[in-house]
Amino acid sequence: MAVLRLSGPGCGAVLDGLCRRPVPRMASLRRLRHGGLVLDQALVLWFPGPASYTGEDSAELHLHGGPAVVAAVADALVALGARPAEPGEFTRRAFLHGKLDLTAAEGVADLIEAETEAQRRQALRQLEGGLAGRYQGWAGRLARLLARQETFIEFEDEDLPEGLDAAVARDAAALRDELAAEIAGAARAEALREGLRIAILGAPNAGKSSLLNALAGREAAIVSPQAGTTRDVVEARLVIAGVPVVLADTAGLRETVDSIEAEGVRRARAQGLAAELVLAVFAADAAPDAETLALLEGGALAVVNKADLAAPAMAGIAVSARTGAGLPALRAALEAAVRARAGLSDVAGLTRPRHRAALADTIAALDALPHAGLPELRAEALRAAMRALGRLTGAVGVEAILDLVFSEFCIGK
Amino acid sequence: MNAMHFDVVVVGGGHAGCEAAAAAARCGARTLLLTHKLDTIGEMSCNPAIGGIGKGHLVREVDALDGIMGRAADAAGIHFKLLNRSKGPAVRGPRAQADRKLYRQAVQALLAETPGLTIMAEAVEGLLPGARGVLGATGREYRAGAVVITTGTFLRGVIHIGHERHAAGRVGDAPAVGLALALEALGLPMARLKTGTPPRLDGRTIDWAALESQPGDAEPEPLSWMTHRITNRQVACGITYTSEAMHALIRANLTESAVYGGRIEGVGPRYCPSIEDKVVRFADKLRHQVFLEPEGLDDPTVYPNGISTSLPAVIQAQMVAAMPGLERAVILRPGYAIEYDHVDPRALRPTLELRDLPGLFLAGQINGTTGYEEAAAQGLMAGLNAAQRASGVEPDRVLRRDEAYAGVMLDDLTLQGVSEPYRMLTARSEYRLRLRADNAGLRLSQKGLAWGCIGRERAGAFSAFASAVAEALARARAEGATPAAFRSAGAPVNLDGRWRSVLDVLALPAMRPDVIEAMFPWLRDLAPRVREQVEAEALYGPYLERQDAELQMLSREEALAIPDGIDFAAIAGLSREMQARLAKARPATLGGATRLPGITPAAVAALAVHLRRA
Repeated sequence: MAVLRLSGPGCGAVLDGLCRRPVPRMASLRRLRHGGLVLDQALVLWFPGPASYTGEDSAELHLHGGPAVVAAVADALVALGARPAEPGEFTRRAFLHGKLDLTAAEGVADLIEAETEAQRRQALRQLEGGLAGRYQGWAGRLARLLARQETFIEFEDEDLPEGLDAAVARDAAALRDELAAEIAGAARAEALREGLRIAILGAPNAGKSSLLNALAGREAAIVSPQAGTTRDVVEARLVIAGVPVVLADTAGLRETVDSIEAEGVRRARAQGLAAELVLAVFAADAAPDAETLALLEGGALAVVNKADLAAPAMAGIAVSARTGAGLPALRAALEAAVRARAGLSDVAGLTRPRHRAALADTIAALDALPHAGLPELRAEALRAAMRALGRLTGAVGVEAILDLVFSEFCIGK
Repeated sequence: MNAMHFDVVVVGGGHAGCEAAAAAARCGARTLLLTHKLDTIGEMSCNPAIGGIGKGHLVREVDALDGIMGRAADAAGIHFKLLNRSKGPAVRGPRAQADRKLYRQAVQALLAETPGLTIMAEAVEGLLPGARGVLGATGREYRAGAVVITTGTFLRGVIHIGHERHAAGRVGDAPAVGLALALEALGLPMARLKTGTPPRLDGRTIDWAALESQPGDAEPEPLSWMTHRITNRQVACGITYTSEAMHALIRANLTESAVYGGRIEGVGPRYCPSIEDKVVRFADKLRHQVFLEPEGLDDPTVYPNGISTSLPAVIQAQMVAAMPGLERAVILRPGYAIEYDHVDPRALRPTLELRDLPGLFLAGQINGTTGYEEAAAQGLMAGLNAAQRASGVEPDRVLRRDEAYAGVMLDDLTLQGVSEPYRMLTARSEYRLRLRADNAGLRLSQKGLAWGCIGRERAGAFSAFASAVAEALARARAEGATPAAFRSAGAPVNLDGRWRSVLDVLALPAMRPDVIEAMFPWLRDLAPRVREQVEAEALYGPYLERQDAELQMLSREEALAIPDGIDFAAIAGLSREMQARLAKARPATLGGATRLPGITPAAVAALAVHLRRA
């Protein structure tokens, strides 16, 4: 479970964009919808200011879904006008609105330290690998652009290269396009970060859960001879070909009158759509069902389970989850498929909403640049872009910009 | 010998000292300006120009508080140029090249007519205990309620020309060793800086006909808001270039240079590199531009701007001869590098008063800055605060970062310290669009009036101007038209049905002045300075609005003062590292603490809690 907190005057409107606003201070179960999708069933609390922790209008969303759901809800919040909090911002706002009991003041710093530390650790996690270098690279380019723009503004009586101002605008546009492409590729990259998703789909009782357990090497899913045992999505995390993978076992695909099972089937189908790779599982001892067969057209990998019970009647990797026969071949096929898919996308992509929001703000600032008719207004756009990106990479001070100015240009009398 | 009594004693007659003395006197303090030599009051020791981008902004701010620099520069200016004319008003910087002698005379005349200001010549050898005055070289005591020290590069100044070195504050002037010792005895943190100057040439030996000429603006833009006409004859500058032969000569003699020979430890300003520096660091650049600036109307001295050097005089002569137009030029005085002591300005409050010795103020180059304008603005602020101290009031005359470049500078200096000589640049301000040279009066006059440093003449002229601007802005907001009406008048406005005010459309790039003036003829009748304000508001208004929330936060944080004697170690929740950082910088307000590098939000919150509680 995860809790998302909102604070600020616009918080009611953001909440209204997701669900019906609950009665103040009453925990209410709400479906969170955005963009025509139900994101999660969540416990929602609404605290109108000033009777709230921060003294402003506030809300809390207690989410039930996993990291992907949290990310989706956070994205929706940003799309509705919220922005990720700065380190310690909730406590700081609470303090500024006089909401913190001064007798408890000593605890405040610890509180903020914890809030900040958690965010820092989170950011660090996200900045592992190629991502940090990538962001620093962008920040460095922006700093150089700003340095050139400032040079153009401050030193007009110097012997500057021709077309400096125009070159800055051109390079800024190129950087902007790169960032935009990066954001567009973010969704896939996020899936990769969370783990490449492989969904196991098939008719009820095809032995999907047994297959999950066999591949995971542990009893992740409950198995029984009864069709329809799996009613929700069961996930197992493993590493295949060095790539983190989320293997999702799903409810068997069939029409059902049981409303709980029906929801399971709906989720199974959704998993199929969201997954990078689908294992279409058939039972060797049963006729292939139409819905699972149709998955093959979408590039699903055919797996014929229960090969120990009957000779497979169709093409596919024949396995027996029970005896382990054929599993090495399935693993090899999975490795090849994962490698192919992982290679398609950049591992060091953009992940969390915080990153995406910062990048989106950077892009928005750069978008303003071509419309800014004067050099100092273009500098404002670049400064705003630097501030936005600086939320991820750390602020870049004036001295650093001046260092770039004087190292690149021979300036001064 | 009898002691003399004043409210404020200012030591030093440079740009900081003159503004400090004049400002203290304007506030009603009985003030003494003490300098070792009366003739050199208002001397321009380096290049003969005042103003520029960032620097011109500072001059306008000094002027808005009724300081003297702008008026003196206008009285002495022989070549005016508004820099960045093709860019927006926020970054336009007025600059004047002054006749060195006329400038001194103008400064001295302005000081002479300042009521309550006494000027005396005597070297200062020490401070009286508790900074209750200074001790002159003759043994006379000058007692005062506040002392402002503005000794520029005179603290342990050492001049280097090649291998030669001698102690001096400026060529021909002795350094202030006694005062340096007195300051050192206070235990102030000191560091060493350097700067340089080019050789001076005899203009009569320059082949001007062979050179590119750069005239000043046809319509000079004065530096003071009170100046309406420039009366001096205007002269042109010449432009020449360094040559490959000259670069080869410099490279061959690098070890002869005081800086490159390793005989100088001080850090120089990046924006005033020596020609040695330029040739070494930008080796692929085949020539560098050099401006030849006449130092006066009846003075043949020419300042070759761009070739500051500490090479031996013999080499300098060969260098100069290797530049087009200067083949036969005679050097009147060789260039040199000067090393000097400065005080770490973090020892000062934002009022420029020493934290550990209330009553003693420091201003100008002694605080690690470079430039006449930076010195003048500091001097002015120090003088205003010294007058307050002398009258028994705790000094609090501070300009915020969003109010003035002077505020940006004092905040930077007293909070961050300096690692090289500090020069003002518009890049230093996060509120650049607000802090314009054209609106310095609108930004600062209210404060100046409240502080009592603005004379009656300026106060009257200003209040008429301010109400004309307010009226014009109100009208530009209230009057407007529909898109259809704009279109039919020939104005390029989107047909979206949205009514627009004059202010909304005035800054549209495609809006022709004659078209909008035909629709709203009153625009034509606005005084140019008033129109300028309306246009700047139209241009920048949308950007300024976006900063408003940020500014509210800033002013709330700036309002939370951190008491001087605060013990950071006693604040619950501050890590040892944060304690050390805060104790080193000693920010004066919570806002200052947030601007310190490496200070975490948690530390700021802990500090805020402590302050609210206290």
